[in-house]
Amino acid sequence: MSAARVGVVTFPGTLDDQDAARAVRLVGAEAVPLWHGDHDLKGVDAVFLPGGFSYGDYLRCGAISRFAPLMEELIPAARAGLPVLGTCNGFQILCEAHLLPGALTRNASLHYVCRDQRVRIESTATAWTNAFAEGQEITLPVKHGEGRYVASAETLAALEAGGQVVVRYVGGNPNGAMNDIAGIRNEAGNVVGLMPHPEHAVEELVGAPSTDGLGFFTSILKKLVNA
Amino acid sequence: MTTDSVKRAESTPDEPMPFAELGMKQDEYDRVKEILGRRPTGSELAIYSVMWSEHCSYKSSKVHLRQFATKAPHSDALLVGMGENAGVVDIGDGWAATFKIESHNHPSYVEPHQGAATGVGGIVRDIMSMGARPIAVMDALRFGGAHQDDTRRVLPGVVEGISHYGNCLGLPNIGGEVAFDECYIGNPLVNALCVGLLRKDQIKLATAPGPGNKVVLFGASTGPDGIGGASVLASATFEDESQAKRPAVQVGDPFMEKLLIECCLELYAADVVVGIQDLGAAGVSCATTELAAKGTGGMAVDLNLVPLRDPSLRPEEILMSESQERMMAVVRPSDIPAFMAICEKWDVPATVIGEVTDTGRLVMTWHGETIVDIPPGTAADEGPVYERPFHEPAGQAALNADTPDTLARPADLRATLLQLLGSPNLASKAWVTDQYDRYVRSNTVLAQPADAGMLRISEAIAGAEPTTRGIALSTDGNGRYAKLDPYAGAQLALAEAYRNVAVTGAKPLAVTNCLNFGSPEDPEVMWQFAEAVRGLADACRTLGVPVTGGNVSFYNQTGSTAIHPTPVVGVLGVIDDVAKRVPTGFVAEGLRVALLGDTAAEFGGSEWAHVAHGHLGGLPPEADLEAERALGAVLVEAAARGLLEGSHDLSDGGLAIALAESCLARGIGATVALSGEPFTDLFSESAGRALVVVRPEAFDEFAALCAEHEVPCYGLGVTGGESLVVQDVLEVPVSELRDTHSGALPAVFG
Repeated sequence: MSAARVGVVTFPGTLDDQDAARAVRLVGAEAVPLWHGDHDLKGVDAVFLPGGFSYGDYLRCGAISRFAPLMEELIPAARAGLPVLGTCNGFQILCEAHLLPGALTRNASLHYVCRDQRVRIESTATAWTNAFAEGQEITLPVKHGEGRYVASAETLAALEAGGQVVVRYVGGNPNGAMNDIAGIRNEAGNVVGLMPHPEHAVEELVGAPSTDGLGFFTSILKKLVNA
Repeated sequence: MTTDSVKRAESTPDEPMPFAELGMKQDEYDRVKEILGRRPTGSELAIYSVMWSEHCSYKSSKVHLRQFATKAPHSDALLVGMGENAGVVDIGDGWAATFKIESHNHPSYVEPHQGAATGVGGIVRDIMSMGARPIAVMDALRFGGAHQDDTRRVLPGVVEGISHYGNCLGLPNIGGEVAFDECYIGNPLVNALCVGLLRKDQIKLATAPGPGNKVVLFGASTGPDGIGGASVLASATFEDESQAKRPAVQVGDPFMEKLLIECCLELYAADVVVGIQDLGAAGVSCATTELAAKGTGGMAVDLNLVPLRDPSLRPEEILMSESQERMMAVVRPSDIPAFMAICEKWDVPATVIGEVTDTGRLVMTWHGETIVDIPPGTAADEGPVYERPFHEPAGQAALNADTPDTLARPADLRATLLQLLGSPNLASKAWVTDQYDRYVRSNTVLAQPADAGMLRISEAIAGAEPTTRGIALSTDGNGRYAKLDPYAGAQLALAEAYRNVAVTGAKPLAVTNCLNFGSPEDPEVMWQFAEAVRGLADACRTLGVPVTGGNVSFYNQTGSTAIHPTPVVGVLGVIDDVAKRVPTGFVAEGLRVALLGDTAAEFGGSEWAHVAHGHLGGLPPEADLEAERALGAVLVEAAARGLLEGSHDLSDGGLAIALAESCLARGIGATVALSGEPFTDLFSESAGRALVVVRPEAFDEFAALCAEHEVPCYGLGVTGGESLVVQDVLEVPVSELRDTHSGALPAVFG
C-alpha cells in the first residue's frame, strides 16, 4: 500500500511549511508540497495549512490567501470531506475562507506571544485528533500575535453544544480567546483549525519540550489508513 | 531641472558643493577633486560622502581593527575572513556557517520599532549575500535604566520591531542579551546577529567579474527612506526645488525580505548568480562601487532604470537611499531569463540596470547624460584613514582607585539574593523573549534562557546529506567592566561568550563583534576603543578563535557624555553530536552539583555593587584566558563523553544567581554548602567559572577529567527538593525565586 499523502501548502510568507512536512514524514506519511498559485491538489489524501504570515498579513490575517488559486480547489474539496488541518495562519485562512466559523483577532495583550502552552483535547471526533483521549492534557507551543478566537454568542453556543471545540487552553489563556478556545472543527470533523503548533512538538531534540504534537499526525494517518 | 552632469562639472569647476553638510571634511573633499581631476558632480559627491563616512569606511577604527588580522590565531576553520559581508567558517562534513553582528543603535533611538526591525533585516541580507540560508537571529540590547521614562518608550518599540520583523521572516530568535544602565538612556544599543548555513563549496562573494555580465537590482523598489544628507545635497545644489522632508529612518517590509530569502536560495541553487551584494547603508552607491571594485573593475549603470517608489527622486537621492529589502546581483546574459523566472515565481521585482565593463570606471547615466564617472576602488576601498589621537581618560585612575572594598557588606544574604534576582539586569527576560518565535524551522535545540542558542544543522537545507553536528552561539558584553578597564572588559566579553558556548558542549570556533563606543573625535573615547580592540585581539589569539567580521558603532553619546564602552562579542561553536548538548540548569533530582574554577573577592563593576550601592569603581574581575581555555576544554570533552546532565555559566551576580537560575530551569531545588566566606562565594563575579550537574556514578570520572586539565572542581551538593538551600546561609523556596525573577520586568513594562 502506498503511503498516505498529506499536502502541505506554501503561500508567499508561509513559515512553518517545512516543519509540517517533517512532522508528516516522521509518522510515515508522504508530505506533498502544494503551491499557492497552482490549481492543483495533486490528489492528496489530506491537507495541512501551516502557519506564517501569508502575504505579510498586511490586510487581515489570511484575507488574501483565501483567494489563492489553490484555495479555489481546496475549499470545495474540504466541503466534500477532504481532511484539512490549519494551524495558526492556517486557522486564520480557514476562518477567512468560511470553512470554520468565527475569527482570530489581535491578542488581548497586544503582544506576540511564544510559549509552551498547556491545552486539553476536548473532541476526538475529528480526522486530526482521533489518536488522543478526550480530556487528555498536552503541551504544545503557541506563537502568534493574532490568535484571540472570537465569534458571536450564537456561534459559540453552537460550537459548544455540537462538541466542535477541539482544543482548549488550560492553566492560562495566552491571547484572551473566548471560552479559552484554542481550536475548533467543522460539523463533519474533517476540517480543524488550531492556534497551537503540533508540528513544533514532535521531536525530543528540537522545539517545544514535548512530543505531544505527534498525536495530530498519527490521527490523520489512522484516519486515512482505516478509510 | 538641471542635471549636474560630468560635462557640467567640468564647465563649472568653481561651483560650491555642499560637502560639509554631507559630513565631509575639506581635505577629504580636496582628495575627491584630486582623484577626479575636477570637482565632483552632485551624484559623485553623494557616493564619496557616504562611502567615506565613518559607518562605511571605518576611517577612525581601521588602524586598530587591523590587529584582528595581524594577531589572528591560526585557524583551519576560517573560509572567509573580515572584509566580506560576513565571515564564513568550516563546521565540518562539508558544511559552513556564516555569522555576523551589526548595530542599529541610532535609528532605534529615533524610531524604536522600525530602527530595530530594519537592523534585523540588514544583518539577514548580509548573511544571504554570502550564499547562505539564514537560520537564526539573536539580539544584544542595552537600554537606559528600567525605571527611566524613555526606556518605556524605547524598549517596547525595539522588542516589537525585532519581534515583528524576525517572526515574519520565519527565523527563530535563539538568544542574546538585555541589559539596563542609565548610561544608555539617550543611546540604546540594538546589535542584531544572524547566522546562516551553506555548503562549503557554495560561498558567494560580492564581486562583479566578466565584462558584459548584467547588473540586476531586485527586491523592493527605491524610495526616499533613510536618505539623510542626500536631500541637503539635492536642495543645496538645485535651488529651484525644495525637497520634501525625508524620513531619516528606513521602514522595513519583512514579507518582502522573506520572499527575497527564498528567491535568493533558488537563484543560488540554479547557479545563475556570479556575484551578489545586499543594499544596506549607502544603498546603490555601496553596492555598485564595491561590486565593481572587487570584480573586473568597471560598471555602466543607467540610473533611470532603478524602479522607484517615488518618481520625483533625484539621482543623488537614488544613490543614497537606504530603502530596505533590495539586493544586487551580477548575472551572465544567458542566465537572465532563468534569473527573471525565479524572481517572478517569488513575486520579487527584478530589473537589469547596467552591466560589467573593463573600463576600470564606474559610469552612471541619467536621461542620457553621464553623471558619475569614477574609479570605483577610490570610493569603496581607498577612503581616508585616520590615526585619531587617544589618551587615558582624566578620571580613569580615580575610577580605578575607588574600589568596592569599602562598600558595606550585606548582613542578610537571602535578601541580597532576592534583591539581585529581581533587579532588571538579572531578572527573567521572558517579557522580551516570549515575543520572539524561537521554534520556527524546527532546528532549535537550545534557546533563551539557555546559556547559548543551539541549532541542529542536518535539516536546515533541503536535500543536503544529514549530519549529527550542531552549532551554538552566544553574545556577551559588560559595559561596566569595559568602563573600568576596556582592555580587560573586551577580554571578559569574549571569555563569557566562549564559556557560554562551551557549557552547552560546543567547541568555540570563531568570533564576531560589535564595538559600541562614543565619539572617536574624543581622545578619551578613542583610548577606550583602542584598548578594547587590543584586548579582544590578544584574547582571540590566546583562546584560538579568530575574528571573522563585525561592526563598529561610534558616536553613541549625548552631548559630551558617552555610553560605557560596550564591546559585544559573539562566539560561534560546533558540537559534533547535537544530541549530546548539555541543557542549562538542574535537570533532575539527585545529581551532584559542582563548581568549576576558583573564586576570589572580585566586586569591581559587579551587579551587587551596582544594585546594592549604585557603585562603579575599582577594577573588573581578572580575565585569566588560559584558565578559560582549560575550562572550555573540560566542558566540551565532558559533554562528548556524556558526563554532564546540566550546566550553567557563572557571570553577573556570581554563584548565587547561577544557583537560582539553575533551580528555575526546571523548578528543581538543590542543597549546597560553601567552603569560603559566604558573601564572596555567593556574589563575587570571578571569571572562568561554571556550575555543572553530574550523575553520582559519573562524578569520579568527571573529577579526574578536571584534574587532568588542572581545572579546580568543587563538589557543592546535590539537586532536589523544592528550595534552594545554602547550608547555614540561606534557604529560599523555588516558587519564591520564580516570583521574584519573573515578576520584575512585567512590573515595569506591563
